[in-house]
Amino acid sequence: MNARDSILARIREALRGGSDSHLPGHSVAEADLSRRSVAEADTAESEAKPVDGSTGVRRLLPKVPDDFAGQVALFAERSESLKTEFLRCADEAAASAQLKLLADREGWESIALPANSEIRTLLTNLSIPKLEVSRSTAKTDLEKVSAGITGCDALIAQTGSVLLTAKSGGGRALSVLPVHHVVIATSSQLLPDLPAAFELLERKYAPNFPTFMTFITGPSRTGDIERVLVLGAHGPRKLTVILVGGEGTASRAWNQPPVM
Amino acid sequence: MPSASSQFNTDATRMVADLGHRQMVQQSLSGYQKTRSSNADRFQDWESARSRAATIKDEAIRHLDRYLVEFEEKLVARGAKVFWANDASEARAYILDLARAKQARVIVKSKTMVSEEIHLNEALEKAGFKVVESDLGEFIVQLRHEPPYHIVFPAMHLTRGQISDLFQQKLAAQPTSDPEALTMTARKALRQEYITADIGITGANFAVAETGMISITENEGNARLTSSLPNTHVVLLGIEKIVPRLADLALFLPMLATAGTGQQLTCYNSLVGGPRSAEEIDGPEEMHVVLLDNSRTRLLADAEQRDTLRCIRCGACLNVCPIFRNVGGHAYGTTYQGPIGSVITPHLRGLQSWQHLSQASSLCGACTETCPVKIDLHHHLLQNRRNAVAEKGSPFQQLGFRAFAFVVNRPRLFGFAIRIVKFLAPLQRLFNATPGDPVWPWTKSRELPSFARKSFRDLWKERTS
Repeated sequence: MNARDSILARIREALRGGSDSHLPGHSVAEADLSRRSVAEADTAESEAKPVDGSTGVRRLLPKVPDDFAGQVALFAERSESLKTEFLRCADEAAASAQLKLLADREGWESIALPANSEIRTLLTNLSIPKLEVSRSTAKTDLEKVSAGITGCDALIAQTGSVLLTAKSGGGRALSVLPVHHVVIATSSQLLPDLPAAFELLERKYAPNFPTFMTFITGPSRTGDIERVLVLGAHGPRKLTVILVGGEGTASRAWNQPPVM
Repeated sequence: MPSASSQFNTDATRMVADLGHRQMVQQSLSGYQKTRSSNADRFQDWESARSRAATIKDEAIRHLDRYLVEFEEKLVARGAKVFWANDASEARAYILDLARAKQARVIVKSKTMVSEEIHLNEALEKAGFKVVESDLGEFIVQLRHEPPYHIVFPAMHLTRGQISDLFQQKLAAQPTSDPEALTMTARKALRQEYITADIGITGANFAVAETGMISITENEGNARLTSSLPNTHVVLLGIEKIVPRLADLALFLPMLATAGTGQQLTCYNSLVGGPRSAEEIDGPEEMHVVLLDNSRTRLLADAEQRDTLRCIRCGACLNVCPIFRNVGGHAYGTTYQGPIGSVITPHLRGLQSWQHLSQASSLCGACTETCPVKIDLHHHLLQNRRNAVAEKGSPFQQLGFRAFAFVVNRPRLFGFAIRIVKFLAPLQRLFNATPGDPVWPWTKSRELPSFARKSFRDLWKERTS
């Protein structure tokens, strides 16, 4: 029997086992000791069947305002405590100007973005080298750029997170190797909470999910030395989220996965 | 070699007297306690969230065979390879063979407790591979040739001064008392390793059956780099990591962060569901997932303690445990420290050799109260004690308890015995807390309470007469 079959056989055998201790014959102490676990297991059994999807979980998680303005405010508040730079721009022209400001402020010398992505329409006024990442991009080159600029799949107000995938983020490395990660999002991408984010992933991709999907919640950090917070442990030291448009602005092409 | 039990006694005795260590631990955990409770309070209903999480994990455990097969099928369909390992040696052998086949030189790892459990680093290093831990805390303890001190905070016991000395010695770094400068030293040292590594090894916090994905929770980005840059990605996980549905993570990710580090969500929560696909531009060419049993099915067979397989390794029970906070993580001598370690280690490594950890508890129940998946930890400690005695009680102990039962079941004899002991008590005072003391095992570290002037039985008699 191979390991797979023997593990599965042991699991089935173990699950067939009754609800008492594996050591027989300790009646009094046993009844007393196991009373609680058994009682809990019973409740668990009766609760187990109806796992009522995301609505059930939603009422347990931190509360999120219903309206767009409230959700933007929550995202801004979360960003502040996470040390994410959160910028709002009325339209694409403003976003383009904002990126120019960022480039000047940070002294960017080069940037990287997904290949064939509409993001470049926002970068026309930047006269620095722009690396469009593709299969042939060397990791060492990507590591040297001043910033990686990507789209995303969603922003999550509840947690101040950016949801991106290998599709929307220009692969796996672009959003983690450069020292500064800039995310461009449209207002229609702002979601209230985590259950909504998972619904989106299923709706958008199932069953052909990208092989990599990640919730980014603030710039990389560590507290491993005396629990003192330090940013930029291994991933980006800076995270900037630019939200373009107001309530009801339609999603734009640069938020779609680039054509390959 | 001393037995695990006597080693524990030696180490624990030394650690409890180390006031500097105690202060260090208290200080490290004080920030956690605050943010943890404020983030739990942000939940609309943290208590129901705990019940829900326990229910979901129970469902996964009750149908573990089905969910594991589903997980495997989905992953294999996306081009990953799944290897099932009965025990530590099978898992090590598979990874060693793979490293040889790939002619790997450098292997970069992100934090995985399962690799500690199977002693993977030692095996790889012995075979000539360079193994680099990339999580900052793990990197530090690896440089010190130490096991992790805590399943979530591996270097929690070290001061910045000690870490600076270490980096000076091992990495030729400048001395500094700035945690940021120390972190940047490690960042620089590790960047090169990611880029040149041939294999990246990660663990997994969850395995999603429905979609065939692993979920990795981290703050630093090292797991993202480890699973993105090397050509081969190896995932090592215990079979209990299963959750049934992708949407279950909407609950588990924030709960793990809250209980584990006191964050609302950790910095990166990544789902990896295969090697890079045809249309993706980067990512490993191969993904190997090693599913490890290593006695987990033995825990599963124990219906009374099966709920320990719900564990999401958040470390919350360590953080609140008065024993952990005094003896520290290394005294346990186990991969998994604290209450959860004390409960499961006897199942993983033998009841008789490891039951002493279940004795080292005040049964205060703080662990059970804090556990995000409601594992009945302190009752399990009690069950381990019972099982250990039932399996192989010491004749001396059994005789003692039999004598005790004989006396307390006979009221007159009991009253007589109490009177004798009370009469002899002043004699004991002469030798109090010296090796000549008949109750020396107690008095060497504690005060013996003195007898009340009148016993309860006396008072009762006065009241009723």
